[in-house]
Amino acid sequence: MAYMHIGKDFVPPDVNGKVTGRIKYAEDYTREGMVYARLLTSPIPHARVVNIDASEALAMDGVFGLLTADDVYPDGEPQSTGLKVLTNEPTLVGEPILALAAIDEKTAETAISKISVTFERLPFVLDPLDSLAEGGPDAYNGGNTYVFRQGFASEKWSADQVASFRAGNEPTAEPQQTFAYGDLDAALAESAFVYESAFTTAGYPHQSMEPRSAMAYWENGKLYLHGTSQSLSALADGMASIVGVPQEDFVFINEATGGGFGQRARANSIPSMAIPAKLSQKINRPVMMRVTRDEETAIGGARQGFQGWIKCGFKADGTMAAADLYIISDNGGKGGGGDAYSAADCISILYQTEAVRFRGTSIGSNTGHRGAQRGPGQNQIAAIIAPILDKAAEELGIDRLKIRQINTPQNGDIGGASRTPFTSAYMPEALKMGAEQFNLEERMARSRKRNGSKVTGIGIGQGYHNAGRSGMDGIVRLTADGRLKVHNGVGNLGTYSYASTSRAAAEVLQMPWERVDIVTGRTDRNLPITSPQDGSNSIFTNTRTNYGAAMDLLGKMKEIAAMELGGDAADYDIGDERVFKAAAPSEGMTFAEIAQKGISLGGKFTGESDLPEELNDFTKISVSRLAGDSLMGIYHDAPHNNNPPGFTVTFTEIEMDVETGKYDIVDMVTIGDCGTVVHPQGLKNQLVGGAVWGIGLAGYERHLYDPQNGLPASTGYWQSKIPTMMDTPAKIKTGWVDLPDPENPVGARGIGEPAMGAVAAALASAISDSLEGHLFNAAPVTADMIINHVAGVTSEAVPLAQNNFRG
Amino acid sequence: MNLNLTRRRFIKGVIASGAAATTTGVWVAANGAARPAGAVERMIRININGQVRTVDVAPQETLASTLRYKLGLTGTKLGCNRGECGACTVLVDDVSTYACSVLTHSVKNGRIETVEGLESADGTLHPVQQAFVEELSPQCGYCTPGQIMAAVALLRENPNPTREEARQGLSGNICRCGSYDSYLDGVMRAAQIG
Ligand code: FES
Ligand code: FES
Repeated sequence: MAYMHIGKDFVPPDVNGKVTGRIKYAEDYTREGMVYARLLTSPIPHARVVNIDASEALAMDGVFGLLTADDVYPDGEPQSTGLKVLTNEPTLVGEPILALAAIDEKTAETAISKISVTFERLPFVLDPLDSLAEGGPDAYNGGNTYVFRQGFASEKWSADQVASFRAGNEPTAEPQQTFAYGDLDAALAESAFVYESAFTTAGYPHQSMEPRSAMAYWENGKLYLHGTSQSLSALADGMASIVGVPQEDFVFINEATGGGFGQRARANSIPSMAIPAKLSQKINRPVMMRVTRDEETAIGGARQGFQGWIKCGFKADGTMAAADLYIISDNGGKGGGGDAYSAADCISILYQTEAVRFRGTSIGSNTGHRGAQRGPGQNQIAAIIAPILDKAAEELGIDRLKIRQINTPQNGDIGGASRTPFTSAYMPEALKMGAEQFNLEERMARSRKRNGSKVTGIGIGQGYHNAGRSGMDGIVRLTADGRLKVHNGVGNLGTYSYASTSRAAAEVLQMPWERVDIVTGRTDRNLPITSPQDGSNSIFTNTRTNYGAAMDLLGKMKEIAAMELGGDAADYDIGDERVFKAAAPSEGMTFAEIAQKGISLGGKFTGESDLPEELNDFTKISVSRLAGDSLMGIYHDAPHNNNPPGFTVTFTEIEMDVETGKYDIVDMVTIGDCGTVVHPQGLKNQLVGGAVWGIGLAGYERHLYDPQNGLPASTGYWQSKIPTMMDTPAKIKTGWVDLPDPENPVGARGIGEPAMGAVAAALASAISDSLEGHLFNAAPVTADMIINHVAGVTSEAVPLAQNNFRG
Repeated sequence: MNLNLTRRRFIKGVIASGAAATTTGVWVAANGAARPAGAVERMIRININGQVRTVDVAPQETLASTLRYKLGLTGTKLGCNRGECGACTVLVDDVSTYACSVLTHSVKNGRIETVEGLESADGTLHPVQQAFVEELSPQCGYCTPGQIMAAVALLRENPNPTREEARQGLSGNICRCGSYDSYLDGVMRAAQIG
C-alpha cells in the first residue's frame, strides 16, 4: 500500500532539542522560591522505624519542613509489597524513610545528618531459596510472599526440598501459580531427546540514564509536577490518586524522559515523584528533589531473577513436544512481577510446544525493588532456552536453523497459556531473511573452529513479546487555520512513538507533515488517556486510536462539506488539504473552511456533544476543556481480540578467547517481525538498543549484595556492568519483514522487547557453541564462569545463588 | 588522534582537582547560598562557549554544578555525578572532560565548551549535531549532549576516523538506551559532512 507517511523517516520534533541541549528534563526546571528536598533512606535491609527525632534539624536556619510516612499515609501504610512513597517499614537498603526540604541541598544534607532515626533491625534475606527453607528469614513483615487479594503469606519448603532443588533436581513443593495444557507425560514419552536442568538468571537494575528527579509546586489550588515518565497521561492518571489530588487539578509536565525500561510506566512504579508534591503542599514552596544514582539504583527497579528448573522433550523430527518449568522468581524488597509465568508463556509461543506445564512461586528478598523490565520473563528465558535448542539439534542430528524452523510460530497458529491465536506472525520469514543476510551456511562452517586461543561461536536467537493493547482513546483537531493537531498522551522516553503514532492521523487526512502539530508534553494541553507505554505497546495501541480519531474527524469534515455543497458525505473525497466532490473535484472546501464551518456549527463537531460513550474519564476532562474552538475527532478504541506478537530473530558470530573468557562480537544481524514498519529509523533504534540490552542480559548485568550486612555492592552503572560501546559490536545489521498485521489500521505491531530477547538468546547460543556446546544454564554467563569452565574448576558459589556470584 | 592524551589529561585533572566525585554522589555543591562558615568563595571569570562569564564558585564546586545551577547551561546532564557515565562531558581546551568530576576552580583558566556553544548564531547546527539528527542517533536524549561533545573532541583530533576509532573515542560515554550503533553512524556521517 502506498502511504504518504507510514514507513517513511521524518525528523521528530524533539530531536533538535536533544542535540542542542535545549529540551528540558525534570531536573532542568527551576521555579521562583524553589527549595530542595533530600532523602533519608534506609541504611539497613529490613527494619522498622521506631522513632524519628528531627527536632534539631527542624530548628536549623534554612530548613522548611519534613515529610514522613505518617504524613503520606495518615491511616497507615498500604499492606502490600508495592513501592511506597515513604515508609516506616523498609525492606531494602535505600528505601526512602523521610524527606527534608531546605534552602539548598547542603543545608538539607546537614539537617538530615542531625535527624535521629531509631530502627528496630529485623532479620533479612538475600536469596529467595534461603527464605523458602523452613526457619529461613522472611523479607517482609508478615511473610516472604504476597498473594493477590489475600495479603502477605509465608511459603516454606523443608530444608531437604531446598537442598534438592539447589542440587539441580525438580522441585517437589506445591507452587503458588500454575498453568498447563496438553499431555505432558505423553509428550515426554514420545520424545527422542529430553533435557533437564536447574538454571538461574540474575536480577539487575534498570539504571535509566536520568535519575527519577522531580520538582513540584502548587498554584491556585493546582499541583504542577515536573517529572519523568514512559507514559505521560497513563502515569498522570495514577499519580493524581497517589498524591490525592483530583485529576482536573493536577498538571503533569514531562517533555522528555531520560530512558524508561518498565519502571516509569505506571505511577506505582515511581511513587517517589509524590514526595516533592506532598512536601511542596506542606511547606507551600516549590520543591526540587534531585535523585542520586545510588538512590535511583535502589528504587529505580530491577529485573526479577529466576531460580528455575526446566525439562524439555524433543521428538526425533525436532518438534518440541514438551516443556516443563518450575520457577522461583525473586520479588526483591518491594514490588514483584509476573516474569516467571511470561517465561513459560514465551516458550509455548516461540516453539509452539505441544504440551507445557508451568509451576511458579514468587519469594521476596531484601534487595532492590522489582518490577517489569524490558521483556519481563520472556527475555530471561530466551537466554536459557536457546542453548537447549542447540543441544537438541546436535543430539538429534538436525541443523540449528532447521530446528527453529520446525518449531516456529506462524500465521494461523495459537500460543501461550491462553491458547490465543496470533493476529499475524511472520517468524518463518524473519528466520529466512536473517539467515540469508548473515550468510549462515558459510558461517556455520567456522563454528567451533579454533585459532590460537580464539574459538568461533555462532548463535541463533528468537525473541517474543505480546505487543499491543487496545481500548484507549484518541483526540485530533482541525483548527480554523486548517492545521491538524494530534493530541498524544504517549510518553516521550526515546522511542519517538509519540510522533510516529501521530502520523497515522496525518495519513488518514493526507496532511503534509509540516501542517501537523503534535500536542503533548504536559497534561494541561489536554491529552487523551493511553495505555501505559510498556509491553511494546505504543505502535499498535496508539496508531489505532489516532487513526480512529482521524477517521471520526474525516467523517465530520465530509458531513460539513455535504451540508454546504450538497449531496451525501459519501460523495466526497479529500486531497491537498481540501474536501471535494469525488465526481467534480473543483467543487470543494479547504480544510480551513471546513474547520471554520464546523466551529460555527458547534455541538458534535466541536466536542460539545455526542461523545463516544465508553470514553475514559481522563479523556473526558481533556475533551471538555477543548470543546468549542475547533473541529474535533474523538475516538474510543474497542478492545481487539487475539494476540499481536512482536517477534525478532538474531544471528551472531563471536570470537571467544578461551584464555580470558572474553569474547568479541564479530557480527550480528537482527530482524524484526512487527507488522508494517511505521518509522524505519525508530525501528532500527529499537533493534540496536534492544541488542545492547540483550548483550547485557546474556553476558554482563547483575547486582551483588554483601551477604553479611545485606548492603548493595552494586550502586551504579559500573558495578551493574551495563554494556558500554566496547562490549557491543561496532555495527549491528538490522532488517524487518514489513508485512501488515490485519488488526491494526496501518498494519503495525510492537518490537521494543523482543529486540532484546532475540539478542540475549543468540549470544547465549554463540557462547555455548564456542565452548563445544557447553550449557551454563545461566544468564549472564560471565568471563569468570567461562574460564572456570575451560579450566575445569568447580565454582565455589552456592548453586542457584541469587543476588550474589553464581557458578 | 591521541586517545591516551585525552584519558591521561582527564585523570591528571581529576587528581589535581582533589577528585570531586563523592562516594554517595549527593549534589551538595549546587547552591552558592549555602556556605560553610569560614569557607572561602571567589568570584571568578571563566570562558564558556567563547564568552567570559563572571560567577561565584564555591571551592568544592564541580564544573557541572557551575554550568547547570549557576549559569543555567542545563544541556550538560548528570547521569551519575561520579565519573561513570559521561553524560556530563564538556570540552576543556578541546579535551573531553567529565564536568561532574572536575572542580570549576581547577579549570578556570581553560576554554570550556558545552553543547549549547556548538550551534552557530544563525541557528545552523554543528556538523555533529546535524549528523545526529539525520541518523536519529539519540533515543531518550539524556546521554546525547555528552556523546556530541565526545564526538566533537574526537573529530577535532581525527577528522576522518575509522568506525573502530570512533568507537574508541566515544567509549567513555554510556548510553542506557543502547543507541551506540546510531551514535557511531552519526559520527561517521559527521566526518563526511564536517
Ligand atoms: S555525570 Fe559525570 S560521568 Fe556521569
Ligand atoms: S539515548 Fe538514552 S541514554 Fe543514550
